[in-house]
Amino acid sequence: MAIREDVLVVGGGIAGATAALAAAESGATVRLLSHKKSTLRQASGLIDVLGAIPRDGSSDGADPAGDRSPGDRTEPAGGGSTGESELVADPFEAIGRLPEAHPYRVVGGGAIRDGLELFDDAVGGAYEGAHTDRNALVITHGGTVKPTARYPESVAPGLASAERDTLLVGFAGLTDFDAPAAAAHLDAAGVPFAVDGATVEFPVRFRDDALTTRFAKALDTDESNARRRLADAVRDADADLDGYDRVGFPAMLGDDEGEAVRTDLEDRLGASVFQIPTGPPSLLGTQLEDLLFDALDAAGVRLASGNPAVGYEASDGRIDSVLVDRRGREVPYAAEEFVLATGGLVGKGIDSDRESVTEPVFGCHVPHPEDRYDWSEPEAFGGHAFARFGVVPDDDLRPAGESGEPEFENLRAAGGVLGGADTAREKSAAGVSLATGAYAGRRAGEEATR
Amino acid sequence: MDPSATDGPATGSDLEPVSVFGDDGTMDLRPGADNCYKCSVCDTTCPVAEVDDDFPGPKFQGPEQWRLKRKEGSEIDDSIMSCSNCMRCDDACPSSVPLSQMHNTARGEYVDEQMDKLSVEYVRNRILANYRTSAWFASKVPRLANFAMNFGPTRWVMEKAMGITSERDFPAFATQTFREWWRNRGGADASRRNAREARERRGDPVDADKKVAYFHGCYSNYNTPEVAKALVRVFESFGYEIVAPEQRCSGTPMFANGMLADAERAAEVNVASFADLVEEGYDAVASCTSCSMALRQEYPELFDIEGIEDVAENTFEALEYLRIKEDLEGAIADASVEEQAFAYHAPCHARNQGLDRQALELFRELDGVAMEDVGDSCSGISGTYGWKEEKYETSMKIGEDMFEHMHDAAGDVGMTECPTCAMQMEHGTGYEIKHPLQLLEEALC
Ligand SMILES: Cc1cc2nc3c(=O)[nH]c(=O)nc-3n(C[C@H](O)[C@H](O)[C@H](O)COP(=O)(O)OP(=O)(O)OC[C@H]3O[C@@H](n4cnc5c(N)ncnc54)[C@H](O)[C@@H]3O)c2cc1C
Ligand code: SF4
Ligand code: SF4
Repeated sequence: MAIREDVLVVGGGIAGATAALAAAESGATVRLLSHKKSTLRQASGLIDVLGAIPRDGSSDGADPAGDRSPGDRTEPAGGGSTGESELVADPFEAIGRLPEAHPYRVVGGGAIRDGLELFDDAVGGAYEGAHTDRNALVITHGGTVKPTARYPESVAPGLASAERDTLLVGFAGLTDFDAPAAAAHLDAAGVPFAVDGATVEFPVRFRDDALTTRFAKALDTDESNARRRLADAVRDADADLDGYDRVGFPAMLGDDEGEAVRTDLEDRLGASVFQIPTGPPSLLGTQLEDLLFDALDAAGVRLASGNPAVGYEASDGRIDSVLVDRRGREVPYAAEEFVLATGGLVGKGIDSDRESVTEPVFGCHVPHPEDRYDWSEPEAFGGHAFARFGVVPDDDLRPAGESGEPEFENLRAAGGVLGGADTAREKSAAGVSLATGAYAGRRAGEEATR
Repeated sequence: MDPSATDGPATGSDLEPVSVFGDDGTMDLRPGADNCYKCSVCDTTCPVAEVDDDFPGPKFQGPEQWRLKRKEGSEIDDSIMSCSNCMRCDDACPSSVPLSQMHNTARGEYVDEQMDKLSVEYVRNRILANYRTSAWFASKVPRLANFAMNFGPTRWVMEKAMGITSERDFPAFATQTFREWWRNRGGADASRRNAREARERRGDPVDADKKVAYFHGCYSNYNTPEVAKALVRVFESFGYEIVAPEQRCSGTPMFANGMLADAERAAEVNVASFADLVEEGYDAVASCTSCSMALRQEYPELFDIEGIEDVAENTFEALEYLRIKEDLEGAIADASVEEQAFAYHAPCHARNQGLDRQALELFRELDGVAMEDVGDSCSGISGTYGWKEEKYETSMKIGEDMFEHMHDAAGDVGMTECPTCAMQMEHGTGYEIKHPLQLLEEALC
């Protein structure tokens, strides 16, 4: 068998990338295996560490497998109220209020700092927010304000905490971002500045359901003077442009030439220009993925993508190799230490069918209520049990069986595949991935090079 | 997060299969279509959609068109012919929707039922797809063919009457095909002798069971026999006995042109000749990544041929095979070659098999060699795609990124596994292009 490394990381999302970088720092040889592109391409590109603490009993430390009274089965999903949450200003100060089984409580604040530091190094100067522990407030495309720890440079001029009068600009035909509605929403939320919205025609005509990448490319190459004409269109839509300190556009202001596009628009509009993170497919998320993969390359991490891990070979409680399905044939990838970072239900690291919830690669234990009706709550944004489904780590992030003993000596888990966090409601997804990725990767590297 | 995620992918058990493409009832793509949750990630990965505003993208070609087709009487949209079959969308979809299978099936149906068989486009596509036939004729008179094919007036006629772009130079035909060389060299018998000698040299057991069946495909037979010869020498040096069984085109250009019946005929010949060998313990190796992709993925997805699964399971790309079976890294670490720098491009079909990094990783450790990845863009030629007059410009626009990266890279020799990517790289930069096997031969033989 010829494919062998010290550390093998399974999963190419933010958790896997961080684990691989952390392991490489220890001097180990590292390979990252991933099946598909990660969910980063759909994500906003923001790095949330801890934005809110849900207060409806879902974070009281209750075991997600525990007996919960069944919800009202006749009530349609989506009705009802949003679960209460308490907003968090300083994530580090708030960790202690998370349930005990939360991954942050397992790895501690130090690991969160390690993860953020790895991240800051990996993305070079492309992200801001490292100057403080406190959350920044970023304007979202829905017109809400989101507490986040790191944000792309192009998003920075738009922070909601800055008292600068703001014009939001959307493009006609782009249903994802309704600038006037978002502005009204922000205004109603009581942001400390004047905010208005305008909708303009994008200067280059595309097909009706054109992709964000098309807009970005047209601005990158300044196709038919797109930059000047976009600035003119904004002026035409709002003659009172001088009244605004900053103008925000959905995040499609160029890709390779994003910086130049923004500077150009700033000169023409006489205001600073920022991007508003969008839903999928997200240019900011895709750019982040590229940055992370460049960093992996620079760190000498070996990459193999395109084929899924489907099983393993083990002896004496240790994993010897992971089996990768290479179109019908299983190819073993051997290593000393392994990190499982295959994501949650969306990333396909946790699988569910009508009967049960499983972790498909290593078959690790995933606690869940027997009754499928207890997996979710009637409210769309309620404290769903499924949101916290995942493998249960021991104090060294090793997935543990029902008895609490680690399933394998040399397997650690990171990111969405871990249970115990309700990352969507806590606004902690990327942060959990960074902290646990950094911890698992560093530990794997230490063990492998010992 | 979408709470409905707990429902998981539709499982086969409680589904009523609805077969829309084809009437044989074998292909049920419904679970695939149902898995699509419209995230559009596939669309942002499609190189054609990126530069061609009229192309609606893979999400439409795949799951959406599949649903539309369920209504009586609706036709396949002709934009399906603008998909280059790069299969990038397959790899991008987080939900494992079988996009390229949907495109191949839809394209087949479009060509069968909606395309005028007397049209220039159909005839042209058929000729391009059956490259092997033309190559076979040309190889009989290679010098004349090389002259005639690139002779101005011929090209003018080809473009005007056939829609084959005159912008490109036809690849040169070798004066001796690989198979001629192989036969003159003594065929499988000679290979067995060479392999045995190598095993003795290496200290391996002399009767070790190391044998591979080489799928050389058309291109390395007719145009670049040096690649095929490199494979033979490298594999023999590791002690492998090689056979070169009867074979036809892998079918890749036929899938891409919707000529599924032609592809199936070729596949039947290939599967028949390789299935027997696989049964005898041979593994199939290919030096072209589109060929290995066809044997591994497209055949079992599209056709029902006896032995197809066995062949698919036992097919490897050449470098991949050695990395799995041998200590290739160790061999490379001990070797050195004359100083040289390469600009490497990973073909889409290598990417989709998870092979896009292997040449870089391997040669990074080779003394004397500098390798630079020229980025993850598609080269744009996609086999026959870039030869079509109406697609030439799109093809060059897609390739632009790669050309720029190649110019910026330190080396002025290109490297790639795919013969048509090589053609495009050369066309866009004027660089000489090598196959990783050629560098491996230089290092190890
Ligand atoms: C729509 C959306 C919006 C988001 N928005 C935000 C946001 O605003 N802020 C924020 O902080 N976070 C956000 N996130 C979350 C964040 O992007 C990550 O999804 C999260 O951190 C989990 O990362 P991960 O690395 O654990 O998993 P994933 O990103 O899900 O990656 C899992 C990886 O594992 C691979 N994989 C899975 N199974 C296998 C297998 N068997 N073999 C090999 N590889 C396998 C997958 O192909 C993938 O590459 C969002 C996520 C989504 C989906
Ligand atoms: S196969 Fe390639 S060209 Fe065709 S739709 Fe998919 S990504 Fe686009
Ligand atoms: S990537 Fe997959 S799930 Fe997303 S739109 Fe395309 S086919 Fe649908």
